[in-house]
Amino acid sequence: MAHCHGPIGLKNIPAGAKKIVLAGNPNTGKSVFFNHFTGMYVDVSNYPGTTLEISHGRFGEDVIIDTPGVYGISSFNDEESIARDIILSADVVVNVVDAVHLERDLFLTQQVIDAGIPVVVALNMMDEAEKQGLKIDVDLLGDLLGVPVVPTVAVKKKGIDDIKNQIASARAGNMIKELKPMLDRLLNRVGSQGEALLVLEGDQVVAGRHGLQPGNCREEIYLKRRERVNDIVRHVLKESAGGSSFGSLLGRWMIKPLTGIPILAVALYAMYQVIGVFIAGTVVGLTEETIMLEKYEPAVRGLVGLVIPGESTLGTILTGEFGLLTMTVTYVLGLLMPLVIGFYFFLSLFEDSGYLPRIATLVDRLLTGIGLNGRGVIPLILGFGCVTMATITTRLLNTDRERRIAILLLGLTIPCSAQMGVIAGMLAGLGGWYAALYALVIFTVLVITGTVLNTILPGKSSDLLIDLPPLRLPRLDNVLKKTGTKSYNFLKEAFPLFALGALIISVFQVTGVLEFLQNLLAPLTVGWLKLPKEAATAFIMGIVRRDFGAAGLTDMALAPDQTVAALITITLFVPCIASILILFKERSKKEAALIWASSWVAAFLIGGIVSRLYGAFGGDGDRGILRIILTFTGVAAATILACRLARRGKAEGWQSR
Amino acid sequence: MTLDRVKRGQFIKITAIPDDMVRAQAIRFGIAVGEVVSCEEVVPAGPIVICKNKQQLALGRGLARQIGVAPA
Repeated sequence: MAHCHGPIGLKNIPAGAKKIVLAGNPNTGKSVFFNHFTGMYVDVSNYPGTTLEISHGRFGEDVIIDTPGVYGISSFNDEESIARDIILSADVVVNVVDAVHLERDLFLTQQVIDAGIPVVVALNMMDEAEKQGLKIDVDLLGDLLGVPVVPTVAVKKKGIDDIKNQIASARAGNMIKELKPMLDRLLNRVGSQGEALLVLEGDQVVAGRHGLQPGNCREEIYLKRRERVNDIVRHVLKESAGGSSFGSLLGRWMIKPLTGIPILAVALYAMYQVIGVFIAGTVVGLTEETIMLEKYEPAVRGLVGLVIPGESTLGTILTGEFGLLTMTVTYVLGLLMPLVIGFYFFLSLFEDSGYLPRIATLVDRLLTGIGLNGRGVIPLILGFGCVTMATITTRLLNTDRERRIAILLLGLTIPCSAQMGVIAGMLAGLGGWYAALYALVIFTVLVITGTVLNTILPGKSSDLLIDLPPLRLPRLDNVLKKTGTKSYNFLKEAFPLFALGALIISVFQVTGVLEFLQNLLAPLTVGWLKLPKEAATAFIMGIVRRDFGAAGLTDMALAPDQTVAALITITLFVPCIASILILFKERSKKEAALIWASSWVAAFLIGGIVSRLYGAFGGDGDRGILRIILTFTGVAAATILACRLARRGKAEGWQSR
Repeated sequence: MTLDRVKRGQFIKITAIPDDMVRAQAIRFGIAVGEVVSCEEVVPAGPIVICKNKQQLALGRGLARQIGVAPA
């Protein structure tokens, strides 16, 4: 698709409608405003050429568009580039400002004003500012900025109507005076003040669109803007000393290892209890067993059987063992949906409370060892929800090197929520030792892979620089809404792929290809992994969807050690079709193919080693397991040591050159 | 002195940020060269958390090592 420059390419925007754009820093409550403005009719669509989701909806005759939260507009990362293009194309910007963080938030406000776009400022979270002893002179702020400013408390619906009424009186505010002559010189060449500003600020993408060299005034303009914002804040803000609240104390505890690790452990344990035990057990037992397997499937089989005999080819494809109407629907609705909803619920809680960046700070030191910084924990955690989605969010990492490491680790070692659900269920039946073996093997593989990559990949990873928003009690309605939207989008994407997978397997089954492949893989499955030959079906299914593969193992009669070896193999095994497609889209063909191939090798290699070690250690239950765990830990420790020495050698070689 | 040597509770003035991108990002957060900030927390061997007004920012150890500061 040709990229029409500047204007946004979102669907369903009627000609002549004004584009009202919501803009603001992260965590200022933009989404709450968006919901109040649009009500039920919201379109969530991918921004052209990207997989970032942008919501837009109707507001009377006009269209209102949400943007990703950013601290300023430029091209520092993908989210910013998208926010930049949408904001530059706006007819009116509704700028949501966090009253507690005026100094930070007004930088974006002033930048939008400097871009010459009409603005209304929603001064949000006024209640929180008051609680913290901040008094803001709203009228003076409006005078100084030169745009309407409306105090709001969006979550309590305060000030929403005022904002709606003020949209008509939005106007271009008081820009930084010194900028005027600089912009005028460029204006006739680029046609819009906003684009001219970004060219001056050295934005390479915008400059490239106009065939211009990016300017070198970014720092000069940024400093002037910072000075002006600080000056405004000095005039409008009065602070009376507020004591440190419990929130700030808890926020501090979360980032200190001594208290932070126990807090994280409790949070993860709660997550495990809810998702791994309650949802994967009780809820799925109801949805999958009772509703789908006992009620739904027989009903569908009976209905289809009236027209198409069950044993025919078409009958097998529709309602057979891997049937499109039976297994696909049962897995997606009965098994996947509850797990995915549970996972996104927790993720939204972490996100809305401000806990996520604090986890990043806590684990930063550990992640620098595997070539990531603390920020890398976000895609890794997201990976436990859905590897495909997490692969996309690696875009928030700063360097290509970090993205490469994160994507490989995601594809190799992180099981997605659906797969985890199945795995947790199977491990629970085996007891603690086997579960510990599984977890430790996967964890050591992650550590070893990351450490080695960090040593051999050229270049250096970036350092952590992250904003810690105040801790807040998440709003339940917001969390639920987020959970709903994300789960729906996930299922919408998963369903067709799942159906495709089921179709392929059914066709293989009917044509005899399945048996052929089982025999072909037999040396690997039977000879090397010591599993029954039918296990190959699970792996073939695993190519389509990982949880599919794990689920395929549940029906097999396996000894505990066989189960663990099979689960380790299927976890390390290639990511699902959806992830592969994204992988090829996000990375070069060569790199994607390499990642795909290496996960085959790693999966069978590690799975086989575990199975062989179990045999070699006499196979006597707990003691054998302990020895395997010690072996893997030892190998990991040796690798870390070797990589440290190698890095030190490299650094010294560098210095002596 | 560099930022990684700072102790919790200390007030410091930022004197140098060598990296262009980090400097630009820092200006957006309101933490430009010359600003006085407080050290909110030092994670052992990990990031330094600095605070200005109500704004908290965590900086990785490697980054803190490059940032010049002076006691304020």
